[in-house]
Order: sequence, then C-alpha cells, then structure tokens
Amino acid sequence: MEINPGSGTRRTLMQRLHLDGMLLVGLLALCALGLVVLYSASGQSEAVLNRQLIRLGLAFVVMFVVAQIPPSLLHRWTPWLFSAGVGLLVAVLVMGDVGKGAQRWLDLGVIRFQPSEVMKLLVPMMIAWFLADARLPPDGRRLLGAGLLIIVPTVLIARQPDLGTSLLIASAGFFVLFLAGLSWRLLAGLGVLAGALLPVLWYFMHDYQRQRVITFLNPEQDPLGAGYHIIQSKIAIGSGGLYGKGWLNGTQSHLEFLPERSTDFIFAVLAEEFGLVGVLLLLGVYAFILLRGLYLATRAQDTFTRLLGGSLSLTFFVYLIVNTGMVTGLLPVVGLPLPLVSYGGTSMVTLLAGFGMLMSIHTHRRLLQS
Amino acid sequence: MTTPNIAGRQQYRHFLVLAVFAFGLLVLLWRVVDLQWFDRSFLQGQADARHLRTVSLPAHRGMITDRNGEPLAVSTPVDSVWANPQELVPAREYLQALARILELDIDYLQRLLGRRADREFVYLRRHVPPATAAQVRALDAPGVYLQREYRRYYPDGEVVAHVIGFTDIDDRGQEGLELAYDDWLSGADGAKRVLKDGRHHVIADVELIRPASPGKDLRLSIDRRIQYQAYRELKSAVRRHRASSGSVVVLDAVTGEVLAMVNQPSFNPNNRHAIQPGAVRNRAVTDVLEPGSTMKPFTIAAALQSGRYDRDSTVNTAPGYYRVGRNTVRDEHDNGRLDLAGVIRKSSNVGASKIALSLPPEQMWQVYSGAGFGTSVGTGFPGEVSGVLASHHRWQQIEQATLAFGYGISVTPLQLARAYGLLANEGRLMPVSFLHQEEAPRGRPVLDPAAVRSVRRMMEDVVSDRGTAPLARVPGYRVAGKTGTVHKATAGGYAEDRYNALFVGMAPASDPRLVVAVVINDPRGEDYFGGKVAGPVFSRVMSGALRLLNLAPDGESAPRQDVPAPLLRQAAAGGPA
Repeated sequence: MEINPGSGTRRTLMQRLHLDGMLLVGLLALCALGLVVLYSASGQSEAVLNRQLIRLGLAFVVMFVVAQIPPSLLHRWTPWLFSAGVGLLVAVLVMGDVGKGAQRWLDLGVIRFQPSEVMKLLVPMMIAWFLADARLPPDGRRLLGAGLLIIVPTVLIARQPDLGTSLLIASAGFFVLFLAGLSWRLLAGLGVLAGALLPVLWYFMHDYQRQRVITFLNPEQDPLGAGYHIIQSKIAIGSGGLYGKGWLNGTQSHLEFLPERSTDFIFAVLAEEFGLVGVLLLLGVYAFILLRGLYLATRAQDTFTRLLGGSLSLTFFVYLIVNTGMVTGLLPVVGLPLPLVSYGGTSMVTLLAGFGMLMSIHTHRRLLQS
Repeated sequence: MTTPNIAGRQQYRHFLVLAVFAFGLLVLLWRVVDLQWFDRSFLQGQADARHLRTVSLPAHRGMITDRNGEPLAVSTPVDSVWANPQELVPAREYLQALARILELDIDYLQRLLGRRADREFVYLRRHVPPATAAQVRALDAPGVYLQREYRRYYPDGEVVAHVIGFTDIDDRGQEGLELAYDDWLSGADGAKRVLKDGRHHVIADVELIRPASPGKDLRLSIDRRIQYQAYRELKSAVRRHRASSGSVVVLDAVTGEVLAMVNQPSFNPNNRHAIQPGAVRNRAVTDVLEPGSTMKPFTIAAALQSGRYDRDSTVNTAPGYYRVGRNTVRDEHDNGRLDLAGVIRKSSNVGASKIALSLPPEQMWQVYSGAGFGTSVGTGFPGEVSGVLASHHRWQQIEQATLAFGYGISVTPLQLARAYGLLANEGRLMPVSFLHQEEAPRGRPVLDPAAVRSVRRMMEDVVSDRGTAPLARVPGYRVAGKTGTVHKATAGGYAEDRYNALFVGMAPASDPRLVVAVVINDPRGEDYFGGKVAGPVFSRVMSGALRLLNLAPDGESAPRQDVPAPLLRQAAAGGPA
C-alpha cells in the first residue's frame, strides 16, 4: 500500500536492497535540509560541509549494512551485544578519554568511539528481547528485571556524565516497556516514583547540571553566564518571524551571538533564517519520518521486532523534542543534537543504524511472507 | 497476544502513542509560533540591540594657522587603548603581553582592572603611538579595544604657546585661543550604525547617522616669522638682564591685528608635564603694570589738544623737583626749561606734572580713557584684564600729577601697544584682534590728528643721541617711541631698586605701520633703564618686522656709529649682489 503499484521494478529493487523507499526519501530530505542550514550555521565553511557529507555517507552505509541483517540474527546477538556494551561503558569510566569535561570516549587506537551511543540501540533491543520471550503484558518479575536492565546502563552513562544520552537510553527502554503493555497502575506508580526521586536525582547531579536546571527555570537570572545560550537562542528564533531573515542572513548566528550554532543549537539558526515556514517544513519532515517509522513498527512480524521498532521510532521523537524543547527554552539545556541535522558524527551513525533495523524488520518480514 | 483483549489494548496503545507524539509536536509548534509570531517584534528588537551599535565618529579639531597659513596647532589622529574589565580580567594570560606593549607595570595594570572590575570601561593608556596601537590590535586580547582620538600638536612649541594655549586630553580648549575659540575649533562628532559580532568586532557599516563635521580652521593675525624674532629677542634679553619675566607685543597699527605676542617665561604646550607655575600666563594680556614714562606722550597730546600749549610752549623743570602738596615729584637731573619735545626726550616727570596740573582733570581723563586705558581691549582672550584708570572725579592733585608720568594707573602690555597704535594711526583707536582681518576696520577717532603728528615728531627725538633710547633706533627707518623705567610697586610701596623696563614705539615714523611694545620685568643686571634694556629688543624686533613686511625705509641713511661702513654701502647699493 505504501508503494506506488506502477513502479514494479523499483519495488523489487528496494525490497532486494532491504530498504524502505519512503523512509529513505524522508531521511534524505531531512539530511539535505540539514546540510543547507549547516552551511549557513558554519559560516559557509565548505570544510564543515564536506566532513558532514562524509559522515552522512558513512552513516547511510551503516544503515544499508544493518538493513541487510535479518531480525532473527539481531535477536540472537542481542544479549551478547548488550553485555559487551555494558562492559565498554565500564571501560570508559575506568580508562576513557576526557572530552569537554566528560568521560565519554574510548580510544581504540584507530577510532575514538562513544560506547554510550551504541547503547541507544542496544538497550531497546535488550529490553525487547527480554520481554518478547514471555507472555505479554509482562508480569512483575519480568518488569523488575527489565527495570534493572535499563537502570544499569543509564546510571553508567549518567556517571560519565552525559545526562542527555542517559535520558534517551532510559526513555528508549521505557518505551519498550510501555509498548509491551505496562499497566496503567504501574505507569502511574512509576510517575509518582519519578517525582519522588527528583530530589534524589538533584542530590546526585553535578553542579553544572544543577545550574542548567536553575537556568532553565529562570534564564534571565544570569544573562551573561548560564542563561546566555537560551536567551540568545530564543532571540534568534523569535527574530526570524514568519519568513525568516533569509538564508545566510541570520544576525544572531552569523555574528557569533548564538553559541553552538552548528551543533546543538542549529534549530535556532534554521528558525532565524527561514522563520516559522522553515520550522514547519522541518517538523513536517520529522513527522513524516516518525509516522513512517511507527507504521513500519506496527507492521512488524513478531513481538521482538515490533517492540524494537516502536521504541526506535519513539526514541527518535524524544531526540527531536528534547533538542527543540531545549533550544526554544521549553526544557533545560541538555546536550542533545538535533537528529540528522546537527554537525557531528556519532549520533548520526546510531540513528541511521536504528532506521536500518526498522527497514530490515519491514523488508525481511515481507520476504518471509512471500 | 492475538486475543481480542490484547489486540484492543494494542490498538489503544497505538492511539496513545500517536496522541503523545501529536501532543509533543503541538507543544513545540505552539512554542515556536509564540516566539516567532507573538513575540517576534520584541525579539527582533532584542536581536537588533545585540548586533546594531551606534558608534561615534570622532571629528578632528580645526587647525590654527598664522596669517600666512602656516600651521600653529594641528590635530593628528592617535589611538587610545581601553578595556572592558569584565572581559579582560578573566583572560589573565594576555595581561603580561598587554602590559609590555603598553609599557605599563603589570601590578599597576592588575590593580587598575581590579578597581574597575565591575565596570565596563577603563582607559588603559591614552594617545599611544601608531606602532603600539598596531601591536595591541595584533594581540587581539579579549575586552581590549582601540578608540580613535585626536591629539593636538603645536609645531612651534613654546614660541606661540601663550597665544594659542592648549587643549586637554579630551581635545577641549583649556587656555589661550584654543579656549577662546573652542566652539569654533571643535568639531561635532558624527555617529554611524554598525554591525557588531558577539566579540564586539565591527563587521560592517549599516548606515551613517550623522557625518563627523570637523572643526573649522582659525586663521590668526599672528605672523609666525615676526613671532619667532620677538620670541628670540625677548628670551635672550630676559636671560641677559636676569629679568623675572617679559612681554613683547607687535601690533599692526593700521588694522589693529596682533602680529606677534610673546612672553617669558614660556612653556612647551606639547609636553606640559614640567610647566613652571605662572609660565602658562599670557602676561601681555593678563598682567598689569604701571606704564611709567611711556604715558608721557598722552600727557603731551592732551596738552596740545587743549589748545593751551603748542610745539613751542616751554615749561620750567628747574630745580629738578616739584612739590605737589606734601609730595615731591623728581627728575633725574635738573633739565631747566624744556619745550614739549624736551619733556618727552628727557622724560621729565616735573615737566609732565606741571603740564598735567595746568589742565582740567576731565580733559586729561578723556585722553587717557580714549586711549583705552582702564577699559578692556576686548579681544576675548581668556583672562584678559582691563587695568585700572581712576575716574577724574576722584583725582587728587598728586594723582593728576603722577598719572601724567604713568604712576597710579595699571595697564597691560597689549593695552599699551593699542594706545600707541592711536599715536601711530592719526588718533584713531583700532579694535585689536588676534584673527586675520580681510580689510582694516575703520577705527574710532579719539585724538586730534595734528596733535598726534606733533607728539610723534617729538617722540622721534627719544631715539636720537640726545634722547633716552638711542639703542632703540632701527637703521634706515625713522622711529618714534618712548622709554619707561618704572619703580616696581611692591607690598610696602615702590621698591627703590627694582624696576620694569619698557619701550614702546612705532615705525616708520613718517607713516607708522607697526607698534612694538617691550616690557622687561625686574631686570637684575647692571642695566635697568628702559632705553638700555627694552630699547635694543624693540630695535631688533622692529627692524626684523619691517624687513619681513617689506616696508619702505623712510630714514636718512646717516651711518650709525656701531654699524660698519662697508655693510651700509652694500645696503645702499641695494643689498649684496
């Protein structure tokens, strides 16, 4: 139904390549839009653009490769991969490189590697694997086990410290639980527990993390210091107005008022230069990708792939909401990039690998059915 | 999982997921619309406020030139280094290099910044040389900026210092004509809107709000060449006679323009760190003195104008003193019976007193007052004083007598020169100006031209061998003038052995053009007579000025004793070939 019946050969080709045409088009459109904004945000640096293009190419290759792996194989590898991932997280804490004040990188000699990135995929995979074995909705023991499987990597990553990623991983695991049919009572109970744990979380937070929360609650308190990012960002977005200041004409971004403008705050550049129209276009593309991802998940063949697919789509959504919420001042500043648009490589590879899994889930199901 | 119950639940969850998803997007959308639609004008204003800045375009001060366009005060662009302590203090690593470039003590720099840590502006160093500014620019330390300013430069240094005055570091006139014509000379700073980036660098000009309008130039009446000669002669005379101070004023008698005005001691306006107190005073307009015998020509003029005296009238000055009430007026010698010319030539106090007392006080007062004594010259020069001439209603006899030879009245050297301009210019009092005059002002007739011509003729005798100032002669020109040797008034009365030595005169006497007034204050050498101390200064300044202005000689070429004959022959033959 999703593929034009007239293009029979193309359909066969896409299926043979284990790709989903619509999702691919959506992703390519998003990346193209991202490159346009990045060119402006980087101060028209062709070097930045080239590096981003190389990363994108690499990420799409990874997506293509992952799409070739049948879900059954994924299912079999999941526990081993997850265990290895947790091991790497421990390794990072013990001997990782320090970059920008946080210990996130593992130097493998040839490449520097962020194990927490891979966990974004491995945690939902693991929870889906863990729950898919048994009857749904999961019973209390299963839930407890799943909760443990979520909390361990989350805490390890939060210790790095990387609040944004640990939040993403926790929510990815939680989405699996939710989709698996968490009872409403339990959901409500978890909500209360989370509320009760907030002060505890506050206690464990680093100073800079606490500062971010305070700043979020009142950015004008310290306009030159901690509140600077968010004030400049809101000004950039607001001054864009309906149609924006035009490509390459954003004053906030080009005159270096807006910090991190090619990475975490790139949404503000888009909003400033393309206005509300540009924002709507971007959100439209995101919504298209999300809906397509969710649709692919609902069409999944078994519980493992269904839970995994749904969780991957929803994590992508959380990515989007956390980043845009931060840039627009709705949420505290959490260092998460705008997915597939922000400059930077690692998140791009994991995201596209996730979409590769979605495509694999979809295309392999069809092949198996036929 | 395929039971209807489960399927129903799944359906419900799908709906819930989509609802959460839609809700998230809607919240985000609402936020963006809120920012980009409802708050947009406020936020656009905020954006503009961040990168649009109005910066001042400094306007340079007008140039001051002499009458021939030679620059006397010029403004040169320099840079001042200032800092925003809030930005600079955190960047500690730059301080050492900055201190080295600015030649500041690192501790001083740190203290300076520490004191102003909560401010956003502090001058680090003003008016740095271009090379230093370039180094500061290259260092590019955060929070350190350059500001274009103009520094006043006075090419002739102390030669014209008193007339020009000077400006302060903010380019505002502080003294002299810089102060008097501050509004005229000051430019109006312009303003432009510029685009600045987050690090305060100017990226582009957006619009010119108001161009900088530079100050207007000021063309003075001063002739730099005459000024130089007057400066040189006065300085050497003050030094030779160990005088405490001195002034020379050169006036164009026809136009009322001040061609030169110098004082000693002077100061270097380009480096005012080591100025002696009082050296800044333009004594020629701010300090008064008693004119002494230089007053006598006006007494004689009053006598002639009264009709009671003519050129052949005589007055008996024997026995060299004269009682007026309880006081006694004295001459140096008993000069016996003198005609009016003799009174001037011999500078007889007794003669002048007797003449004065024979005239109605009001008539005397009218001549003195008409000559400008007791009234301001009106040049607008800062600190100009008018001196004191008491009203004739209050004159006692002795005052009327002493006024006749210049005691009991105070004048400035400029007033004295202006009054002699009256004698040079057929009795017309010219308005005095420091500015170049395109055409001569009309002047106000004050004295009878015939009387003035007679007095002038008598004053020519002063530089004769029989007069008091043969040293004031100018070769080739007829000179009319008068000496003054005035006991200095001190706290306890007149000092017996301290004098002001004066000579005021004009040339060419047949049709005078220039008036030169020389005042040497308190000469401590062997000589103190006006004719010997001030006379030679007059002679050299006047002769130089006459030559520079190409004024035709009117004198007999009778050789002076102190000039070698061959030189005169050359001059008579039209100068060295």
